[in-house]
Amino acid sequence: MALVTLLWISVLVALVLAFVGDWRFAPEINIAGSALTFVASLVLALEVYQRGAFTAGGNFFFVDAFNVYLVVLTTFVSTTTAVFSRRYMRVERDHGKVGHWRMRFYHAMFQLFIFAMLIALLTNNFGVLWISMELATLATVLLVSLYRTPTAIEAAWKYFILCGVGIAQALFGTVLLYFAAERVLGVGGNALLWTNLSQVSSQLEPTVLRLAFVFLMVGYGTKAGLVPVHNWLPDAHSEGPTPISAVLSGLLLNVALYALVRCKSLVDISTGTRFAGNMMIGFGLLSLLVAAFSLLRQKDIKRLFAYSSIEHMGIATFAFGLGGSIATFGGMLHMLVHSLTKSSVFFSVGHASQMHGTQEMARIRGLLRGNPSVGWGLMLGVMSLSGMPPFGLFASEFLILTATINQMPLMAIPLLIGLAVAFAALFRRVQPMVAGATPPWQTPLKAANIPVFLHLALAVLFGLYLPPFLSRWFEMAVELLR
Amino acid sequence: MSTELVIQLNTLLAAMILLTSFALLVQRRMFAILHIFAWQGFFLGLSTAVIGFATGEHHLYISSLLTLVMKVILLPYILYTLIHKLKIHREIESVMNTPATMLAGIGLVIFSYHLTAPVRQLSTLMTRSTLAVALATVMLGLLMMVTRRHAVSQIIGFLAMENGLFFAATSATYGMPMVVELGVALDLLIAAFIFGIFFFHINTTFDSLDVDQMAKLKETD
Repeated sequence: MALVTLLWISVLVALVLAFVGDWRFAPEINIAGSALTFVASLVLALEVYQRGAFTAGGNFFFVDAFNVYLVVLTTFVSTTTAVFSRRYMRVERDHGKVGHWRMRFYHAMFQLFIFAMLIALLTNNFGVLWISMELATLATVLLVSLYRTPTAIEAAWKYFILCGVGIAQALFGTVLLYFAAERVLGVGGNALLWTNLSQVSSQLEPTVLRLAFVFLMVGYGTKAGLVPVHNWLPDAHSEGPTPISAVLSGLLLNVALYALVRCKSLVDISTGTRFAGNMMIGFGLLSLLVAAFSLLRQKDIKRLFAYSSIEHMGIATFAFGLGGSIATFGGMLHMLVHSLTKSSVFFSVGHASQMHGTQEMARIRGLLRGNPSVGWGLMLGVMSLSGMPPFGLFASEFLILTATINQMPLMAIPLLIGLAVAFAALFRRVQPMVAGATPPWQTPLKAANIPVFLHLALAVLFGLYLPPFLSRWFEMAVELLR
Repeated sequence: MSTELVIQLNTLLAAMILLTSFALLVQRRMFAILHIFAWQGFFLGLSTAVIGFATGEHHLYISSLLTLVMKVILLPYILYTLIHKLKIHREIESVMNTPATMLAGIGLVIFSYHLTAPVRQLSTLMTRSTLAVALATVMLGLLMMVTRRHAVSQIIGFLAMENGLFFAATSATYGMPMVVELGVALDLLIAAFIFGIFFFHINTTFDSLDVDQMAKLKETD
């Protein structure tokens, strides 16, 4: 029941927003709609917590501990992003960057995008998962090009083409998966259902699944921004409006990784080897290292944090590839805290670039004096991203590192190098931006503080103390993925 | 119709699909590309209907009809209108090094046969031999997107890839479940809407649809 409500709310709100357009209260409707989905997702989570995993809608939907936590995260971050976007987009509008029609489009597409991600997370069918991933991409393509500047159009075109190509590979992988499943489960829609596949995964033909996983890895890996198929990500995440950057980096990457993890657990059981896991380890470490070194040479503040997203997705992919209860637990915690922190950092970045009228890091200076809350928001966010102690990413990276040393000691070396380089690169860039005197071109700004600091507070909380319901939840999910 | 005949007919249609893929790869005139694309869709729809007739899988008739409507009528019509409105129907695109592209294409076909060998061995379907052609169509579409610099031909490469995926689904498994096929068609329609908007944006911003002009976003040191 909560599940159906959850999905209907975002569709209805999208329709309402497309209809009311740029009416004065449109941002408030956007916030209220997102908040309602958040409440519905909490109800759904409670249901899972009490009853365990269940299917709904005639096997069309499937909810377990793993996807429900991502659903709650998605609706929560979309709510806070809607709060942030109200103030941010008003400034953009006053500057004449977007007009009446584009605001209407922006609001409607924002909700549609949330809807697509929720379907992707909740569906039981691998085919529908693919469709909704593609839908989420399509909903955001025109949001990336919202400002219609040459660079924004270039970024959106790249996003459209490269993700289209990438995700096509995932569809081929899904066809192969269906081919293997059909031989065991029989013809028809049931053969693509996760609930059926996970039961017969040991009987699926290993050679076919191995081939399928190569395609799925490339396809969903493109969407998760893994190196070497990441080229679209820094452009798309840096050229769009900042609220969109926040949800793309904070949420859509998670959904792609979720798809990959589901596929991986099928393939590794079927082949009886660590084939899929090892492939994810390779992609994950490569992403971490390439992104960490790319961080060093960024000039644009949003590109900097886009590369940081690649880095963190790399770490999480690595953790899931490693497998085992500690690493999987760490990977899930990492996804959660990274989403919270990254969206908070993007909120601060949006404020900072509005204050300076540029995204160029060399021209952003003296944030702490100019606007202490923006300055501290950015500083604390970066501390969290680089894995400093009180924050949750420290805990998750520590877990992942421990598991690495236990299972594959040699892999700890590149992991540590990547983390250290990323740490140094982020601080080298961010310190001059927050410290120092205020430059003359800085303008005052009323910042949306609640979303920024709420996310950071949660990131600290999950670092110091994991509420028992959350850790039990993660343990349930770890059990599922083993 | 005997099984032998159906298999031969299907192989013939697969060969035609592969032929159109190669033709797309090197054709330089906008309208000609569009015509070839429509033919590819036609062969694809026909092949789906033949398989549907031979196997008695009636849902394949719906897929076939969907393909014919979408890929022979609707998408080419949309592209035709766009090309007319943007006044680029006389444009002739410069294609880099035709023989090398062709050779790379042949290499991809051989690679596809090699890659799908385990699947063909396991399959008992009468269409198993065409799976390699389907993968080759996907790969050739990819190659087309990489080698072309014109936004319209990149999109046609994208749609040709889609054709290849659809063909893969019919030859590996007699088509995906209906809900998936309808969903994919819906995504394709939305994508068509989006690239239509994009053509106008690119054309007004850059005064041409040559994507080589879009090279501002680069890693700078």
